[in-house]
Amino acid sequence: MILPAKFRDWFAARGWAPHAHQLALLAATTDTLLIAPTGGGKTLAGFLPSLVDLAGGGTGLHTLYISPLKALTADIARNLAAPVGEMGLPIRIEDRTGDTSSTKRARQRVDPPNILLTTPESLALLTSYPEAPKIFKDLKRVVVDEIHALAESKRGDQTMLGIARLRTLAPGLTVTGLSATVADPDSLAAFMGGATVLRADPGPAPDIALLPTSAPAPWAGGNAHYAVPDVMAAVEKARMTLIFVNTRAQAELFFQQLWEHNPQNLPIGLHHGSLAREARQRVEQAMAAGALRAVVCTGSLDLGIDWGDVDLVLQVGAPKLVTRLVQRIGRSNHRYDAPSKARLVPANRFEVIESVVALEAVQAGDLDGEKRGPGPLDVLCQHILLTACSGPFDAEALYHEFRSAGPYRNLSRQDFDACLDFCATGGYALKAYDRWQRLMLRGGLWYLRDPRVAKLIRLNIGTITDPEHLNVRMARSRGGAPLGTVEESFAASLEPGDTFLIGGKVMAFERLRDMVVEVGHSPRKQPRIAVFSGVKMASSLKVSHRIQALIGDPGRWDVLPPDLRDWLETQRRLSVLPRAGVLACETFPRGDRWHFTLYGFAGRNAHQTLGLLLTRQMEALGLGPLGFVPSDHALMIWSVDPLTDPARLLNAEALREGLDGWLSGNSLIKRSFRNVATIAGLMQRNLPGQRRSGKQATFSSDIIHDTLRRHDPDHLLLRITRDDARRGLVDFYRIEDMLLSNPLIDHAMAPHVTPLSAPLILEIGKVSVEGEGRERLMAREAERLMAEAGLA
Amino acid sequence: MTHPLTFAGQGFEARPAGTLWWPATQTLIVADLHLGKSARMAARGGALLPPHEDEDTLSRLEAELAALPVARVLSLGDAFEDDAAPEALSPANRARLGDMARGRTWVWVTGNHDGGALPGLGEILSEIHEEGIAFRHIAGEGPDISGHYHPKAQLAGQRRPAFLWGQSHLILPAFGTYTGGLDCEAPPLADLVGPGLALLTGTRIMARPLTPGTRRRA
Repeated sequence: MILPAKFRDWFAARGWAPHAHQLALLAATTDTLLIAPTGGGKTLAGFLPSLVDLAGGGTGLHTLYISPLKALTADIARNLAAPVGEMGLPIRIEDRTGDTSSTKRARQRVDPPNILLTTPESLALLTSYPEAPKIFKDLKRVVVDEIHALAESKRGDQTMLGIARLRTLAPGLTVTGLSATVADPDSLAAFMGGATVLRADPGPAPDIALLPTSAPAPWAGGNAHYAVPDVMAAVEKARMTLIFVNTRAQAELFFQQLWEHNPQNLPIGLHHGSLAREARQRVEQAMAAGALRAVVCTGSLDLGIDWGDVDLVLQVGAPKLVTRLVQRIGRSNHRYDAPSKARLVPANRFEVIESVVALEAVQAGDLDGEKRGPGPLDVLCQHILLTACSGPFDAEALYHEFRSAGPYRNLSRQDFDACLDFCATGGYALKAYDRWQRLMLRGGLWYLRDPRVAKLIRLNIGTITDPEHLNVRMARSRGGAPLGTVEESFAASLEPGDTFLIGGKVMAFERLRDMVVEVGHSPRKQPRIAVFSGVKMASSLKVSHRIQALIGDPGRWDVLPPDLRDWLETQRRLSVLPRAGVLACETFPRGDRWHFTLYGFAGRNAHQTLGLLLTRQMEALGLGPLGFVPSDHALMIWSVDPLTDPARLLNAEALREGLDGWLSGNSLIKRSFRNVATIAGLMQRNLPGQRRSGKQATFSSDIIHDTLRRHDPDHLLLRITRDDARRGLVDFYRIEDMLLSNPLIDHAMAPHVTPLSAPLILEIGKVSVEGEGRERLMAREAERLMAEAGLA
Repeated sequence: MTHPLTFAGQGFEARPAGTLWWPATQTLIVADLHLGKSARMAARGGALLPPHEDEDTLSRLEAELAALPVARVLSLGDAFEDDAAPEALSPANRARLGDMARGRTWVWVTGNHDGGALPGLGEILSEIHEEGIAFRHIAGEGPDISGHYHPKAQLAGQRRPAFLWGQSHLILPAFGTYTGGLDCEAPPLADLVGPGLALLTGTRIMARPLTPGTRRRA
């Protein structure tokens, strides 16, 4: 296809010329993966072939656009309206997400638009309807936006299974993937089931540096309070600033701090995934209208949303991943030919070091990326059930359909059959459910035994197994406006009068009614308790190794600010300094516990595995380990008694012995099992409003896990859990590498918390250890409570 | 480690497994076995849960019987998930229950889930009264010993099934494998039991005060 005159004129009228990659995609005849920096007109490139194809009119659903973010679909609908309207193209474009009204959704199933914008979950839902063959029969193209982000999680596997279904319903379909800059485009193309890789011109190198601050960064902490005046000064000088922070809680805090230092009352907005849709939309519209000077945001704005004229990107907190940093920089200055301007604002001293090495990596073009494993089987189980919801299926045909999806290209028939058996009978060694099979084989086809169950199965769609969230609203007497969501466990800890931050305001908890958290305004300036826990960001091994090299080489410290050098000097004086070839570790008391930190620089996953192994050994030694937290660079363990002789535990042989046992029911495995069981459909997802008042009916996934492990240890879901856990807890070889490349163990007893350990104390993602230590703590707490009540 | 307690003038022992031992009458008291839970969920088109909870529940009960000179077993209701469950019990599990009942008195107090008990095994009563104490499924006029609520209690961040030991009510934790729980601080339970102690089950019994009206922060 070449660009028709009408389109050339449209480009010309705007003073634009089509980018080379936009024309190349138009000419493409096969599945294509387009890699382009943000601001490179990637989305228009993705839609151009559809617009050209539909310019002469078309019937039925022609193009399906899939994006990981609901907000993105709304934004795309807005952006496409311009060319379609201005060229007078006869194309109907609609979006369909969890936010779309049910009447509109029902209508779309009967009369779909030419271009439908949707999310992976909504696609899964669509393909589960009996009408699916009719809806998709005319489909020509699928565009998957931000495919690099989708590919990082099970949502990507789900999307590819959905597309495999679409290929069955509409043979001859062409798929286009749109991706930001990634380390390994070929593996992403394989994830698509094979695609031609098309690379756009990356544009000029970014202008990126640390933001100079008037005060030095603190030892620990995650909210960069010290830099607020400097950030405000930068916002004042720029036209439009995006301020990225790593977690929602940090976004709330930083937003509030900015407003306390905003004498000119500059319009500054807040955008994160826990805010109510109405609140997010207000900020999105204000941004598009150019009415804001800055937005504090998290990953919810991370993905290619093309809003306004951003000319400065600030990253608060270490970027953790070089690739993410590069993708965020792409946000600034959406003119393709001008360099992007970005400044980093580390929240503490350790993050200064992380930021310095991330800058070095960006300059060296050294991107990080994790290898993808084969498609997980829990997602496959969910997909089998959804397929059954749309109608009876033939197992052989479904197996071949699944194999056409990139992540499942090597799926064995044996694994497929195991998943099918799980969906049909539960897959238990004890064949208990002959009478109650979910799927029944009749006349060579698999049917739902009870078609009414389809509704229940559809409710369970999706692979996101976040903690339960509850809606937060103003109390009914105060208008009942929706404010956002908080985690259920957080809501459960609230008492009337407690104050917390949401939407940048301090709110007072009034009560929990019908699974809604009702709040009122609070006169307090400081919230009494922190809001929801954040999401753990992991940085790459590359960043970790660069950090170890920098810390361990005082000769290179001149790249660091002076206070940083003093800080590392303090670490050396108080305890040990990590350096190449040495496994540095330290023990110190804090409160009524002992802490042990090991600077392994082996990556979060390896530290996590090591944490499980070491705490098991400590349990055996009677040290009463209570928990540990792995970071990208170190592992911290706390216990009732101190670990004084780590060298004894840190040998590969002893650790490997422990490895065989680590799968036995630790809390990480149980967490992993809960996710797997929910996705595969063994546990029903809890839906807001659906739940009773938390009476005896529900019981935890831990009980199911323990029962399975005792009575059916080879069950499919336990196997999937182990595979999943290996992905997360991987890589014993990295621990061996760590021991081999750091043959000397340097252990110090420090008098108190050390500079390098301080950030770990505040690190999120703590893992508790069940054992004698926990029992001793419980007994101590029980004694205290009894004494307090005058009963002991 | 068991925990001795005196209730309405009688001596009992709360056991870490979640059963209550009454030495004076050699009676083992247990509540809410909920046998047949997974089958019921499957029949209603719900999830196909691991169908092993009956084995699991019965094994733990066997262990309790083996540890004590039990002359009588008192099941305080909801021994079966529903009326169909006793019939649906697997032959092997039926035999195990039979073995456990041999040479002992077995009393099924009826609950709100099950109308009865295993046919041909033991006596079925809506409640019994001994030594001034009522033994029933749902707490009523005290002093009584009951089940039903599946109480749980928190200690140092851990939540476990627990006995609630108040002035006029003693409530047992649920013994069945597939049973959830209701926190002892939740209004219906806290108001019912009043001041007293929660005895947490586990590897040993741990006691903490029950202080209604002053919900502790989780």
